[in-house]
Amino acid sequence: MLKKEENLIFELSVPGRSTNLLPECDVDETEISEMIPLSFLREGEIDLPELGEVDVVRHFTHLSQKNYGVDSGFYPLGSCTMKYNPKINEEVSKLDGFMKVHPYQSEKTVQGCLELLYKTDKFLSEITGMDRFSLQPAAGAHGEMAGLMIIKAYHEHNGDYKRTKIIVPDSAHGTNPASAAAVGFNVVEVKSNDRGGIDIDALKDLMDDEIAGLMLTNPNTLGLFDENIDMIAQIVHEAGGLLYYDGANANAIIGISRPGDMGFDVVHLNLHKTFSTPHGGGGPGSGPVGVKRQLVPFLPKPVVEYDNGRYYFDNDRPLSIGKIKSFYGNFLVVVKAYAYILSLGAEGLKKVSEAAVLNANYIKEKLKKYFHLPYDRTCMHEVVFSGQWQKEYGVSTLDIAKRLLDFGYHPPTIYFPLIVREAFMVEPTETESKETLDEFINTMIEIANEAEKEPEKLHNAPLNTPVQRLDEAKAARSPVLKYERR
Amino acid sequence: MSYIPTTDEQQQKMLADIGAGSIDELFADIPESVKLKNKLNIPGAMSEMELAAHMRELAGKNINLDEFTCFLGAGAYDHYIPSVVTNLLSRQEFYTAYTPYQPEISQGTLQAIFEYQTMICSLTGMDVSNASLYDGATALAEAASMACEATRRNEVIAIRSIHPESREVVSTYTKFKGMTLKECGIKNGVADLNSLKEMINGNTAAVLVQSPNFFGAIENIKEIAEIAHENKSLLVVSCDPISLALLKAPGDIGADIVVGEGQVLGNPVGFGGPYLGFMAAKKEFTRRMPGRIVGETVDRSGKRGYVLTLQTREQHIRREKATSNICSNQALNALAATIYLSVMGKKGLKKAAELSLRKAHYAYKKLMETGLFSPAFDSPFFKEFLLIYHGDVEKLNEHLLERKIIGGLSTDKYYPEFRGGYLVAVTEKRTKEDIDRLVSEVISAC
Repeated sequence: MLKKEENLIFELSVPGRSTNLLPECDVDETEISEMIPLSFLREGEIDLPELGEVDVVRHFTHLSQKNYGVDSGFYPLGSCTMKYNPKINEEVSKLDGFMKVHPYQSEKTVQGCLELLYKTDKFLSEITGMDRFSLQPAAGAHGEMAGLMIIKAYHEHNGDYKRTKIIVPDSAHGTNPASAAAVGFNVVEVKSNDRGGIDIDALKDLMDDEIAGLMLTNPNTLGLFDENIDMIAQIVHEAGGLLYYDGANANAIIGISRPGDMGFDVVHLNLHKTFSTPHGGGGPGSGPVGVKRQLVPFLPKPVVEYDNGRYYFDNDRPLSIGKIKSFYGNFLVVVKAYAYILSLGAEGLKKVSEAAVLNANYIKEKLKKYFHLPYDRTCMHEVVFSGQWQKEYGVSTLDIAKRLLDFGYHPPTIYFPLIVREAFMVEPTETESKETLDEFINTMIEIANEAEKEPEKLHNAPLNTPVQRLDEAKAARSPVLKYERR
Repeated sequence: MSYIPTTDEQQQKMLADIGAGSIDELFADIPESVKLKNKLNIPGAMSEMELAAHMRELAGKNINLDEFTCFLGAGAYDHYIPSVVTNLLSRQEFYTAYTPYQPEISQGTLQAIFEYQTMICSLTGMDVSNASLYDGATALAEAASMACEATRRNEVIAIRSIHPESREVVSTYTKFKGMTLKECGIKNGVADLNSLKEMINGNTAAVLVQSPNFFGAIENIKEIAEIAHENKSLLVVSCDPISLALLKAPGDIGADIVVGEGQVLGNPVGFGGPYLGFMAAKKEFTRRMPGRIVGETVDRSGKRGYVLTLQTREQHIRREKATSNICSNQALNALAATIYLSVMGKKGLKKAAELSLRKAHYAYKKLMETGLFSPAFDSPFFKEFLLIYHGDVEKLNEHLLERKIIGGLSTDKYYPEFRGGYLVAVTEKRTKEDIDRLVSEVISAC
């Protein structure tokens, strides 16, 4: 990785330098003030850098050399499913017939786009055991928000206005409670039992006629499948609540078990996790939301329908929660997921989950002698360790993560889930080879030894990266959020 | 196709190593009752070659803007995308990375976001920008919630000239949050200020306005700001960032929060997404902003570096008390915008804006000269304008389509009050010849 400091683009600017990309004006060169009143016009020039094309290319190339992606190496970031992003999917999403299509073109000129949306809905419904999907949500949290709106709209449609609470396990992703609050629900936390699943008695105690639903990730954020799922679904349904499936961990169960068959009423999937679309350094993602039949009328509008050889948008949906995003969602991301599903097929998808689970268990068994494993049972697609043994040598999980950077790895997710002290969560995904896993395992064992014998190596890490540990407290205490010319 | 590198043999070895008899054994925690008994009904698997052919066939069922001349805008615009934008975005270190949780190996993403924030502040005239939101419509909805929290009031007023889809999104968000959304009417294609003065009250958290608005017309931000501020309400302005190369920065004429659709900054129309929403605000609202924010700091050796900051606003720390539930943003689209603004620079962006403005005015003049349209109103406009067509808009567009022109948008569905409304957008990509051809085909259609 590039260690040399890269100036900010503004510092590279040279007055008068430019890249001429646009043609000269070929229509009347009317004075601008004749078209727009002077009082609306900006005085002086806008403050943007002045650069040549090569300056821009070198700058962003240098920045890319300070970044680490899945193609750079192993990225076992738990709960994020950093699998390989197939190149063919990037290529087909850039076809003119997808990339250069305007969202308001007439339906007959976008039949290919509509067919793709319609079929992706069918595929995702089949994979999850739901009846219908909306591809409008732009990200996982956006899918959660849409799903919770659907739950709220459903209860209110039934005249059930008392249901103002959503139950969320203490192991849940932060987006779960935040999404519930964003939709106007009150959040009630349910604790986990000693096997990492939901404490059934605690759940029963929480149930009453104010519960709108339960949000659950299964396998949960400990990477463990909740064996009591049947009972949980029954308890929630009997009390009149609905079950929400957070699909962040769906990579463990494709072709093996379906949320719809587990009793879930609403599901969101992260196409940028399970279905291999790249994360783009934090987006764009895509978080389709799927529902069981009784909730279909509440889906965001429009939905794509098919009739007599023609695909079309159905906007006439009086019970719909409404629109949650412009147009139809992150379409070009959906294109990549559609291509991924077709390239694998039913058996290929099942093998994804099998290999993902095998890889996680392999790491778990190989490392559990060296790092504390708080829940020693078969895991699914990810495994959560605790750095508490290393803590005794004065080494924190943060130190372990930073040391991994020196070895050329992206570290696991750290300090999550919140219910495990010094947690680190390893999700290898199915696209990693045995050789990669073995190398990672050996590195982790070496780090465990260093923690005992040379803890300062971990305290000082990383040294082998473009920058060393950064002062986050300073950044928050006196925020500098943009470049100011000095 | 398969992207699994481990061979069957290796998998058997791994199973033996961990003392498992079979892969099925690893799934023993899943009760039989919820296990899938049959195979998923999914077609495939396709080889890469078959997949490429299938996708080309599907894409071929759509017409695209390279083959057809586009005069359609209404929130998604066919601006020129410099070659360097597409090229640099395809660097794997950018597009295959996750959210920059490990700053030491994410300085590329982080510094680019810091540069993006600076450029957005400079365009909008605001103090602070976040790292982007899902799109312009959701950014407007987030701004509405932010204003309610900041003012401890519960009502927002949206001007009817805001993009109808944005108003729908704001309506969905506010309905579920228990906020009240009111609509202020329009006069001569822009906000009816008298009506706004009558509506605004002690419970109004913010006035939401878009400029240039859905019709392309430029709103009088300054006067709307005065009305809002007199009532101690905030002003939220949604704008087209390219227009800001010519127009006054909203922050300089009274806006408290500025949002907008950033698609025009180097992102393809892509059948509606992914785009990016930008959001910038005055300093006092910094800690109320949703989404990621990047800040400058130093590393242990004193070297300048960048980190995600002010994270106590966010869901992974604050859970149900977070300012919003946003986790992913649109980082790669924001990177496209940053590269776009860098390579266009101050001169290039101004040129794109001026060309769009002049060509739109040329098209307006020529279309009016046909005698087949009447103006919907006479407010000044930027790159888009609304005309009233005297004939059948659908037939007109059908005629144009047969001649490889994608005509304007019929607005009857959204604005029945302008019967025959025809919204035409013209960017710098349309040549005089394109426009003259549109005009002659419009004449031949009647």
